[in-house]
Amino acid sequence: MKVSLFITCMADIFTSNVGKDTVELLERFGCEVDFPETQTCCGQPAYNSGYKENTKKTMKHMMNVFRDSEYVVGPSGSCVAMLRSYEEIFKGDPKWEDEARKLAAKTFELSQFLVDVLGIVDVGSTFKGRVTYHPSCHMTRILGVKEAPVKLLQNVEGVDLVELPQGEDCCGFGGTFAVKQSVISGEMVQEKADHVVETEAEYLVGGDMACLMNIGGRLSREGRNVKVVHLAEILNHH
Amino acid sequence: MSIRIGDPSFETRVQEGIENEFMLESVSSAQGRFRNRKEAASDELGNWEEWRALGEEIRSHTLENIDYYLEQLSDNVAKRGGHVYFAETAEEANAYIQNIVKKKEAKKIVKSKSMVTEEIGLNKAIEEAGAEVVETDLGEWILQLDGDVPSHIVTPALHLNRDQIKDTFTEKRGYDKSNTPEELGLFARKELRKDFLAADIGITGCNFAVAESGAVTFVTNEGNARLATSLPDTQITVMGLERIVPTWEELDVLVSLLTRAAVGQKLTSYITGITGTRLAGEVDGPEEFHLVIVDNGRSKILGTEFQSALHCIRCAACINVCPVYRHVGGHAYGSIYPGPIGAVLTPLLDGYENHKELPHASTLCAACTEACPVKIPLHEHLIRHREIMVENGIAPTGEKLAMNGFVKWSTHPAAYQLSAKLARTALKPWTKNDTIANGPGPLKDWTAQRDFPAPGRQTFRSWFKEREKGGEK
Repeated sequence: MKVSLFITCMADIFTSNVGKDTVELLERFGCEVDFPETQTCCGQPAYNSGYKENTKKTMKHMMNVFRDSEYVVGPSGSCVAMLRSYEEIFKGDPKWEDEARKLAAKTFELSQFLVDVLGIVDVGSTFKGRVTYHPSCHMTRILGVKEAPVKLLQNVEGVDLVELPQGEDCCGFGGTFAVKQSVISGEMVQEKADHVVETEAEYLVGGDMACLMNIGGRLSREGRNVKVVHLAEILNHH
Repeated sequence: MSIRIGDPSFETRVQEGIENEFMLESVSSAQGRFRNRKEAASDELGNWEEWRALGEEIRSHTLENIDYYLEQLSDNVAKRGGHVYFAETAEEANAYIQNIVKKKEAKKIVKSKSMVTEEIGLNKAIEEAGAEVVETDLGEWILQLDGDVPSHIVTPALHLNRDQIKDTFTEKRGYDKSNTPEELGLFARKELRKDFLAADIGITGCNFAVAESGAVTFVTNEGNARLATSLPDTQITVMGLERIVPTWEELDVLVSLLTRAAVGQKLTSYITGITGTRLAGEVDGPEEFHLVIVDNGRSKILGTEFQSALHCIRCAACINVCPVYRHVGGHAYGSIYPGPIGAVLTPLLDGYENHKELPHASTLCAACTEACPVKIPLHEHLIRHREIMVENGIAPTGEKLAMNGFVKWSTHPAAYQLSAKLARTALKPWTKNDTIANGPGPLKDWTAQRDFPAPGRQTFRSWFKEREKGGEK
């Protein structure tokens, strides 16, 4: 099975580990992974700020990048949901409607791909520690991926998975919201960080780098001793 | 316009909210209670998603055929001896009601809870007409005594705790008992009972009007709408033009959704339907009944991409799950309609100019959309508002430049790759132990609240390239 990795700009620039682990994980299950080099960002920062028309250029670029891919898999619920939303955005556009629909149909978030496409719920990894999972908003509510990451985590040997109180609440990232409404965002991430600390987990795990960067940034600011890891890093740990 | 409340500056209102610890504690604990109860009550139905779909279908059908149902409603109200008045603006609605007040030489008016009368500023208009108006919903009464405004559309005094309420009662009404809900409630009942008995006119809002019979219905837990409609001889009901259902059957569905979504109850203590005046041979009902149907900007929304915002049944489920609301409270929105539905509705009713920040006061987390019992795509409406502000040049220039830059960056892979490669070096002066605690430029607002990680030593793409070259694969 051929899979094109959609790394997402955040994981590309900030945490190359996430990409490495995603590649190794997919290869372990027989996928042939390629990396279309001209890929950039899904366009979400501008689209969500109201710049739809202008952002279509970015979206068209991304559709060109992945045109020949069999599957597109990315380690982010939010960015994958954005790629999938091109379908709605280009509805009625004679030239791009079909492209957008095809891209949406073959694009998956990592845990979603493992569970729903490859049919794997136990990746056979080992990770020792007390872990709490933050179910990101776009992953759960926009993309509809709720159970896959939890199932995968539960089957990792050595993981002591504890529930995050009010986990479904947004961490306060919200793209440009984090800087535009920085004060409100600060209050929200404070509450999220408090809940993480409350679990006494050693690790906070999530499927979206942006949320992890936000919560991790607050935990770091407060000098909390909680390590922040992406789901791929745990699933590829031996 | 009375839809606006509080300080004109959004930042000031947010700051006031964030600093109000009492309020935030009340809001946070109320949200927790509402959410748990809503979950239990909707689980009980078994197939909540099917109910939501039905609710959406009913609201959508009604709004698509609103002209027909409004005509049917007004014909049926007239048949039952009532008067119907269509008010295009707040001013028209207020003037019509002022006229009744004067004609009846009314001294005292009791009122049950109604958001639309807040929206049009009816109380002030009544006072100008020379009558006293008493709010009889407990929350609204507290706010009226306090000179305060609602912070929530179902529980308007959500931002106050019982100590504050006790203080208000003591200061304004000589209350001398404890802060227990029982004693406070009993005091309010005794005080309000005098007003009910002395009132010349009862004014109510309207949860839904039933087109097939001309009935107006009220969903309350205090029974005050019932008293306000049965004691005074003259009854005035004010409704937004979208608050209508075709038949009692649809009312059943929407009330089932409303009480569960709003307060997690199967039913509220009182669900009242009143049809017209006291006709010959009937023993109860008002002598005179006026139904004031308020447009005030609503018909402009009909037929637009925002039409589903009019599907709202005012349950506040979106408000009760909103994390932004929890951290700033209702008054920060600067509108009598707060939270996600307020952020969608307020600019539609009152324009963007005074509410520019509202569509941006959301992380687009979609908790609201998921909670809405009639499936209004609230977060998508917020994005659409942002688009319209961009299209109309209301968005800030700096943002526009930044977004143009972003699009250029994300459509030019070479530029993207170069910036990714240089990011770590560029941020070096601000980096300490791989962490940026006080970032430059746009990072400043980020690092005001939390640390920013230094970009990795190696980008993913350079790792992938090296690996391919090394033939590891």
